Amino acid sequence: MKISTIKELLEADVICCEEELTRHVYSACGSDMMSDVLAYVKDQAVLLTGLVNSQVVRTAEMMDMKCIVFVRSKIPTAEMIELAKESGIVLMATKKRMYEACGILFTNGLVGNRVKNV
Amino acid sequence: MSEVLNFHFDVDHEDFTSAGQASVQVKKNLRQLGLPPEIIRRVSIAMYEGEINMVIHAGGGTADVNVTEDYIEIILKDHGPGIKDIDQAMQEGFSTATDTIRSLGFGAGMGLPNMKRYTDYMTVQSVVGEGTDITMRVNIN
Repeated sequence: MKISTIKELLEADVICCEEELTRHVYSACGSDMMSDVLAYVKDQAVLLTGLVNSQVVRTAEMMDMKCIVFVRSKIPTAEMIELAKESGIVLMATKKRMYEACGILFTNGLVGNRVKNV
Repeated sequence: MSEVLNFHFDVDHEDFTSAGQASVQVKKNLRQLGLPPEIIRRVSIAMYEGEINMVIHAGGGTADVNVTEDYIEIILKDHGPGIKDIDQAMQEGFSTATDTIRSLGFGAGMGLPNMKRYTDYMTVQSVVGEGTDITMRVNIN
């Protein structure tokens, strides 16, 4: 799924790295616990979270994730935006809640369980 | 690449916000060496979890990364409170983290299990009241 499609489906506002919207993601993960996110490798994934601190961006960076969607209208800090820009990670915010946002992406074909243990 | 390359980092405990900087730097260094992305990702995640652990549990410490022809070795040392029961700490879901740490997205009891999951070799040596040494290796081939 293109990141631009995620933006449209979730009626999200792009916060940074708009030039990366044409990239594709192949799986998704919704969590506020970063160690749970780190537990499984996902190729080119999007992270949906309601957590706002710089470790969210670092976690995505470690996982080679391409996009972070902040749910419930959470807004990342300036420091987080800078970190995301350095790594080319798209940040966006949606008014939708976690359950709804995940459901919309799932029903539109972005299946979350394409994960593999290493 | 017959020589051993070493990267040394002091992990600061003062600031949770900046935790992970050493892991980010290691990731950059390994990319410059042209190592496979999957290997880099495994090393980065294992080191990141270790770095976060040192910040939230042990008041910081040191991290050394050795790159050899056959494997990448991560050595983490701290002078924190130590781990009473290592077998228990290795279980997924077991954590002694505070609610504050949990509210920051960590302390789910996945740190040490994740470090083991992403590495080919891992040892944990800990003395209560003295500190913890962790050695991890990820094979390159």
